[in-house]
Amino acid sequence: MEAIPKDKFRRVEIDSKEAEKMARPQISYWQDAWRRLKTNKVAILSLIILSLIIIMSIIGPIISGYEYEEVDPKSLNQPPSSEHWFGTDELGRDLFSRVWQAGRVSIIIGITGALISAIVGTIYGGIAAYFGGKVDNIMMRIVEILYSIPYLLVVILVSIVTDSKSLGSMLIALTLTGWCGTARMVRGQMLQIKSQEYIMAAETLGVKPSKIIIRHLIPNVLNVLIVSISFSIPNYIFSESFLSFIGLGIQPPNTSWGALASAAQQKFIFYPYQLFFPGLMIALTMLSFTLLGDGLRDALDPRLRE
Amino acid sequence: MGRYIVKRIIYMLLTLFIITTITFFLMHSIPGDPLAHMAKNLPEQVKANYYKKYGLDQPVIVQYGKFLKNVFTEGNLGESLRYPGRSVTETVLNNSKVSGRVGVQAISLGIVIGITLGIIAALFRNKWPDYLVMFIAILGVTVPSFIIASLLQYTFTVKFQLLPTTGWGDMKHTILPTIALAFSPIATYARYMRSNVLEVINQDYILTAQAKGVGTFSLITKHILRNAILPVITILGPQIAGIFTGSFVIERIFGIPGLGSYYITSINDRDYTMIIGTTVFYAAIFVVAQLVTDILYGIVDPRIRVSNDNE
Repeated sequence: MEAIPKDKFRRVEIDSKEAEKMARPQISYWQDAWRRLKTNKVAILSLIILSLIIIMSIIGPIISGYEYEEVDPKSLNQPPSSEHWFGTDELGRDLFSRVWQAGRVSIIIGITGALISAIVGTIYGGIAAYFGGKVDNIMMRIVEILYSIPYLLVVILVSIVTDSKSLGSMLIALTLTGWCGTARMVRGQMLQIKSQEYIMAAETLGVKPSKIIIRHLIPNVLNVLIVSISFSIPNYIFSESFLSFIGLGIQPPNTSWGALASAAQQKFIFYPYQLFFPGLMIALTMLSFTLLGDGLRDALDPRLRE
Repeated sequence: MGRYIVKRIIYMLLTLFIITTITFFLMHSIPGDPLAHMAKNLPEQVKANYYKKYGLDQPVIVQYGKFLKNVFTEGNLGESLRYPGRSVTETVLNNSKVSGRVGVQAISLGIVIGITLGIIAALFRNKWPDYLVMFIAILGVTVPSFIIASLLQYTFTVKFQLLPTTGWGDMKHTILPTIALAFSPIATYARYMRSNVLEVINQDYILTAQAKGVGTFSLITKHILRNAILPVITILGPQIAGIFTGSFVIERIFGIPGLGSYYITSINDRDYTMIIGTTVFYAAIFVVAQLVTDILYGIVDPRIRVSNDNE
C-alpha cells in the first residue's frame, strides 16, 4: 500500500473572507458559447473554409486579372492553365473570375435571404406568441396553409410573375414563404419561455413588459435563430442554384454558381472541369454552413453550458 | 382519430383551393399578351376569335369562375395556349406516368438503401462503416442533384458506355435517373434512421430485453428496428416534394419526357394554362402526400392522436 504523505493530514482552515470569492472568472453566455465552439474542430474548420470562400469572392475577380464578363474569342473552352486558373468558358471568359463573381451573387442571396426570413419570421412569430388566443390561432392557421404549399412551386410562380432577372426580385421570390418555418419556431420557443417561472418572477417583481421582452424573450430566442439562419443560408443558395439551373435565375453576363453549373452541365461531357469548380463551391459552402450550424447548435444550447 | 382526419381533409381542401386561386391570379397578373406569340401578325378578326376561344376577352374574375367550374365538375384544366388543341389534363396525366415511375423507383430505392445504411451506421457507431455512411449522407445532402446526375451520366455512358445517355423507353433508361434522384432520399433516411436507432438502443426496454437473454438478431429486428423505423414515416411527405423538384432537373439532364421537363418547357414557353394546370396537379399530389403522412403518423404514434383529440 502506498504511504500517504504527512502533509495531506493538514487542517483546511475555513476563511470567512474567502467565502464570497468566485472560484472562476465569470463569463457571459456568448463568451461561453464561443469557448465551446472553439473546441469543436469541425465547426472551426467550416468557419475557416467559409471565410476563405467569402474573402475569395471579394478579392477573387480582382486578382485574376480578367473581368468576369470579358469575352476573348482567342481562348474558348480552355482547360485550367497558368493563364486561366480555372479555365475558360465557351465565350472565352475567365472561369476563375466568374466563379468568384458568381460566389458574390450566391452568397449575398444566401445571407440576405436567411436574414430577411429570420427577421420577418421573428416579428410574425413573436406577435403571435405575445398576443396569444385568437390572434395566435388565426396567424398560425395562415402560416400552416402557406407552409403546406410546395416551396419551389411558389418560387417558380413568383419568379415568372416578377420576371426575376435581378437580385431583388429573386430575393422576393425566394423569401415569400421562406419565413414560415422561422415564424413557427420562434412562436414555439417564445411560448415555452413565456410560461417559465423566471418570467413569472420578473412579472411579479414588477419588471416592465418591454424589459421582459428585451432581457428575457429575445436573448432566449436568439440562439435558436442563429442556428436556423446558418441552416437556411445553404438552403437559399441551393434554391437559387436550382432556379438558375432551370433558367429562371440570374441572367448573363452576371452569374451565380447555379447559373455557371447550368451552363457547364450542357457541355459536361466535353469540358467536365467547367462544372467542377462551381459544383465544388456549392458543395463546400453548403457543407460548411451545415456543419457550422451543427456546431453552433451544440455551442449555443444553454443546457450544455458548463 | 375520426375528427382529426376530417379536420385534416378540410384543411387540405382549403390549402388546395388557395393554391389554385393564387396560381390563377398570379398567372393572369403577368403584364403582356398571353397570345402574343401567335396573334402578333394576325388580322384583328382572327385575333378576336382566338381571344374568344380561350375566354380571354372576359374579365379575369369570370375566367376564374369558369376555370373553377371546369376543374371541379369535369376535372378539365383547359387547353394549352402554345399548342392549340392539346388538353392540359391529358398532357399532365400522360407525362406524370413517366415521372411517377422514376419517382416511385427513386423513393423505394431511397427508403430501402437509406434505412439499411442508417441501421448499419448506428450499429457500428464510431467505426469505419459509420464514417463511410455519414460521408455518403453528407455528400447526398450537400451536392446538388444536377452535379450527381452529370457525374453518373459521364461515368456510365461516356467512360464505360454501359447505359444510354438520354432517352426513354426501356428499363435501362430509368436506372441512372433513379439513382440520381434517390441520392438525396438515401442521405436523409440514413441520417434519420441512424439517430433513431441510436436513441432506441439507449432505452431501458432494450436493456431489459438483453437481460432476459434475447439474442442479438431478434434484439435488432424485433426490439430496435420496430421502434426506430416508425418516425421515418414523418419525412415521407417532404421527401415526395423533394422528388418533384429533383425531377425538374434530372428529367432535363436525362431527356426524360416527364412532367418535370414538361413543366420547365411550359415555363420557358410562358404557356400559362399549362403552368396553372401543372402547378395545381403538383400541389394536389403534395398536399395529399402530406395528409397521408400525417394520418399514418397519427396511427403509428399514439401521443399525436391523443394530443389532437384533446384540442
